[in-house]
Amino acid sequence: MDRVDCDLHNEVPGIESLLPHLPDHWVEHVQTTVFRGPADVTYPPELQAEPAAAAEPRDPLDRLREEVLDRDGVAVGILNCTYAIDGLHNPDQAAALARAVNDWQAAEWLARDPRLRASIVVPSQIPALAVAEIERVAANPGFVQVLLPARAHHPYGSRLFHPLWEAIAAHGLVAGIRFGGAPGAPPTPVGWPSYQYETYVGMALVFAAQLTSLVSEGVFDLHPDLRVTFLESGFTWLPAHLWRFDKEWKNLRRLVPWVRRPPSDYVRRHVRLTVQPLDAPADPRHLVEVVEQLGSDEILLYASDHPHPHAFDAEADLLRHLPPALADRVRAGNARAWYRL
Amino acid sequence: MIETERQPRRPRRPPATGIVDCDVHNELDSTRDLYPYLSERWRRHVDRFGLGGYSGVTYPRFWDNREEARPAPGRRPGSTLATIQSGLLDRYGIAFAILNPLTPVARVTNLDLSAALATAVNDWQVTEWLDQDARLRASIIVAFEDPVAAVAEIERRAADPRFVQVQFSGRPHEPMGRRRYWPIYEACAGRGLPVMSHAFGSGGNPITGTGWPSYYIEDHVGPPQSIQANLVSMAAEGVFARFPALSVVSVENGFGWLPALLWRLEAAWRVLGGELAHLERSPAEYVREHLYLSTQPTEEPPRPVDLTRLFEHCPELADRLLFASDYPHWDGDAPDRALPPSVPDETRRRVLGENARRLYRLP
Repeated sequence: MDRVDCDLHNEVPGIESLLPHLPDHWVEHVQTTVFRGPADVTYPPELQAEPAAAAEPRDPLDRLREEVLDRDGVAVGILNCTYAIDGLHNPDQAAALARAVNDWQAAEWLARDPRLRASIVVPSQIPALAVAEIERVAANPGFVQVLLPARAHHPYGSRLFHPLWEAIAAHGLVAGIRFGGAPGAPPTPVGWPSYQYETYVGMALVFAAQLTSLVSEGVFDLHPDLRVTFLESGFTWLPAHLWRFDKEWKNLRRLVPWVRRPPSDYVRRHVRLTVQPLDAPADPRHLVEVVEQLGSDEILLYASDHPHPHAFDAEADLLRHLPPALADRVRAGNARAWYRL
Repeated sequence: MIETERQPRRPRRPPATGIVDCDVHNELDSTRDLYPYLSERWRRHVDRFGLGGYSGVTYPRFWDNREEARPAPGRRPGSTLATIQSGLLDRYGIAFAILNPLTPVARVTNLDLSAALATAVNDWQVTEWLDQDARLRASIIVAFEDPVAAVAEIERRAADPRFVQVQFSGRPHEPMGRRRYWPIYEACAGRGLPVMSHAFGSGGNPITGTGWPSYYIEDHVGPPQSIQANLVSMAAEGVFARFPALSVVSVENGFGWLPALLWRLEAAWRVLGGELAHLERSPAEYVREHLYLSTQPTEEPPRPVDLTRLFEHCPELADRLLFASDYPHWDGDAPDRALPPSVPDETRRRVLGENARRLYRLP
């Protein structure tokens, strides 16, 4: 059975891993100050599923092979490193660390397993620096995607980001908007919540806001071939959001005349969503109905989201209930077409 | 949408009786409408310093209120009782209408001014609205960012049964479950008053979890995100566990998002529930038990069956959905247009009146 896993996490084990890829200035900075890289709370220990303590340190790639690639028969796996470059306010530091992370990904992951592809980590908070990093590494065919944290300083449709979209489109890359982000601004429209549980649940709402922005600002009209993947976004919220957005578009389209088709139409052409974490209802028939409401057999992409833990199993709680041909598309076909694998 | 007088109206079914409209806006023409109810000190304050408050937080509306609701040239539509009577109450046979005035109270950062304005708005509601038409009920306007003042205002109005709930904006300064707001919930729960959050507004934060969007259409698509953040907060913080008698009413936020929110709350509870050790049950269960929602704006799926399916995906919805016209706003719904014909008559009956009568203890 063919399988493409669109969301695997290769996390930077520590700043030491990046030293071989950092210029002297930042090596010295790390070695002589308390700086140890960006601080982020997107994934608390409970969400990281750390491996059991081993007698000897284990190669993370070996763990990935054993727990996902070999076990699940993954033909192609896409790495999404969530190193919180966007949480660094110092732009020089952010750019240097992004470069180091990408060189580390190329050397320690892409060069060592032909099944792997990776996402370019960029200082997304400064679009010009993000563009420069894309230009620097885009020639490596192992990089298929540019990773953007869902929580940003501004919605991604903003004109501030248009040079970034130009670079992503020009290089034929996919934009992967991922769970999390560390912009230093509240993760909800009503300020800072108390619990990580709230941020986790509320991340779907941030994805909804990003979707609204990308369509309303005409990013897809400017770049008719642009592809955006939502990673760890959930997908059951999407139909109701589009029912509302399509309705408002009918009322208010004069404000955004470049948006010539209903928003749901743009989403089906330009957006894909990964299946984990899965927000499954108690009755699987309801989930199948929601998948129908997505209005496209092409929109869902299989992802294990390894090593993050989940409430539900993608195979048992989703794919098993779908028509077999659709389940196969979700497992591999959709991703192969989307990422041109 | 409500059609204008100029167009012939074709009702979809015979007019229902006993309709309760849970979102009618008695508009201020200007802050000056409140001057008879403000002390000399605050009148002078407003004259000299304005209302102040957050800047750069609003998106100018595309359209204002319905023209037919304009009482006289130069005055704002919806700012007199006569137009609301003829354009809504008499025309559609509304038995009860709940007034939710949208006032500067929520966006004023001077808390003493906010509290003074809240008291003035409520006095204005009593004199110019509630005393003038027996079909009217009203929300208590409070300075919710100053819970001490808010509780005092709730106590001031509690003896008047025509005040049926306490109103928050859609976007307070902090998520609605945060403890600063709990004295308000305690006062509500003790008096059987629901707390209601009406869409829009700004508490000074960007109106999305990823910064300020550019266009009014984004503002107008956004309210479901704000109310969901508030509901997640109230459930996760334990508001409903602490105040089991409290109901929360979501107005003008739509309702199509509810099943997916409940599923997501449950899934996240299985993964991160350990963080909420103060809760005995899943936040999804608290939301299921304590939430009411209004219709307008009703989501419009391309296949009507998908709207009907919401009532299957969340069986509680048929008992929690409340008809709202949003009169006199440009995007309002008439009672016979609030739900598509595919919704069963029994559900429609509950939504048009029965649910609201139970929630608000209306005769």
